[in-house]
Amino acid sequence: MPSVKNLAKTLLLGELLQGLAVTFRYLWKPKFTVHYPFEKTPQSVRYRGLHALRRYPNGEERCIACKLCEAVCPALAITIDSDVSEDGTRRTTRYDIDLFKCIFCGFCEEACPVDAIVETRIHEYHMENRGENIMTKDKLLAVGDRFDAMITADKTADAPYR
Amino acid sequence: MSTPNAFVGWLCGIWNAIPAAFHSPIIVAAESLAVMLAVVVSVAMLTYFERKVIGWIQVRIGPNQIRVFGLPVLKGVAQPFADVIKLLLKEVLLPAKADKFLFLLAPIIALVTALSTWAVVPFSPDFVLADVDAGLLYVLALTSLGVYGVILAGWASNSKYAMLGAMRSAAQIVAYEIAMGFALVGVLMAAGSLNLTDIVRAQAGGVTHWNLLWLFPLMVIYFIAGVAETNRAPFDVVEGESEIVAGFHVEYSGAMFATVFALPEYANMILIATLTSVMFLGGWLSPLEGITPAGSLLAEPSFLWLFLKICVFLFIYLWIRATFPRYRYDQIMRLGWKVFIPLTIVWLVVECAMVTLGVGPWSAHG
Repeated sequence: MPSVKNLAKTLLLGELLQGLAVTFRYLWKPKFTVHYPFEKTPQSVRYRGLHALRRYPNGEERCIACKLCEAVCPALAITIDSDVSEDGTRRTTRYDIDLFKCIFCGFCEEACPVDAIVETRIHEYHMENRGENIMTKDKLLAVGDRFDAMITADKTADAPYR
Repeated sequence: MSTPNAFVGWLCGIWNAIPAAFHSPIIVAAESLAVMLAVVVSVAMLTYFERKVIGWIQVRIGPNQIRVFGLPVLKGVAQPFADVIKLLLKEVLLPAKADKFLFLLAPIIALVTALSTWAVVPFSPDFVLADVDAGLLYVLALTSLGVYGVILAGWASNSKYAMLGAMRSAAQIVAYEIAMGFALVGVLMAAGSLNLTDIVRAQAGGVTHWNLLWLFPLMVIYFIAGVAETNRAPFDVVEGESEIVAGFHVEYSGAMFATVFALPEYANMILIATLTSVMFLGGWLSPLEGITPAGSLLAEPSFLWLFLKICVFLFIYLWIRATFPRYRYDQIMRLGWKVFIPLTIVWLVVECAMVTLGVGPWSAHG
């Protein structure tokens, strides 16, 4: 008897119709798609996007070339050379981040004793030529200068939890 | 100066200047062209509809950006036209070791067979391009011939993936053509004619007279065999992108791709939907015949009813594609040979019994 039952079940396409019923219900479900370039999802202040190097309010670079970020970077994306600057302080002469190597873990930001290297919430950027994946010191400082207000606000908002 | 009337008069002048012997060929050519154009536009809209429906079923939105001439209505409707323009602008590659003649011939075969089958389809009580008596045979012959496009494309590409796709296509078509043919034998027995218009007429007299009711298993088998014949999911092992890249059309690109793959495939989908409606759902007959008072507009047979039925079947096509995973190849063969063919024969026997016992609407001309 079970075999006859099975045969009838197969012939009447019972399970297939069940599947069709499921997809038919989904046809009418509300869609959750975010219309991306026009709509954006909210971002955390901890969002780890493009890097930036910050300055003190008086314009002095924060980075003191301690190379902690270079040491902690698990992807070996950071390369730093340093020298003594004209005013006798220790400064970087080269600070490169390879965005292709970077895994955006945020360890550099955590390791930094002077909050110089930070990750901003900028994630919509692109490159058009080879080599543009290397964020040089100038580019990093430029990002920091341009988005200073946003970075400061984000870091202040997150400070109580660190 | 040039009022509409003057323009019409000018056109009439040209028309009358043409020898009368050429009049009917010109009309037929114009009608054929109109049908072909309608099919091509329907194909475009079907690709859009497909992406939308599958999107909805997957709780997505589907194409919603490209608008007709930038108008702020019907967002996304112009998507297929944008796709076509993109495909036409792309480079057409000829593989170095391909059989050039067959490689170029294959898309043409696929396209010609896909479009010429429409000649015998009865669109409405008074519009059918060629009202031939062997219409059904013509349809069967041309749909089988269309497979040559696929097989030649696979062979001429000189690529192993294309070749594998072509082999699968050939085996699949052989298996399902038989079941399809047997399913149609049932329709022939019911209508007593090979003429598609007569097949529709034989189903006149309300929904209970449609073949849908009496030949339901045959309809299901015909439609599933049609899905297999058009190489659509879940029978699309011919393309099988997870196994053989894209099957028979891997080597085709640009405009060639549009003609060898997209256009015939979708045109054939619409054709199978149309033929299923014509043969099992009474084509252009109204489902309200006999329910609403005779002579009322809703009971009138018209192209709109056929259009609605086609839309239903096309939706089922997309619905099935969005629901079922692809069959394994040996399962396809088993289904075709060991399930469909015996089933159709069994139902033909049942139908014979019904005809002899005088059950069913066709007992009159049994």
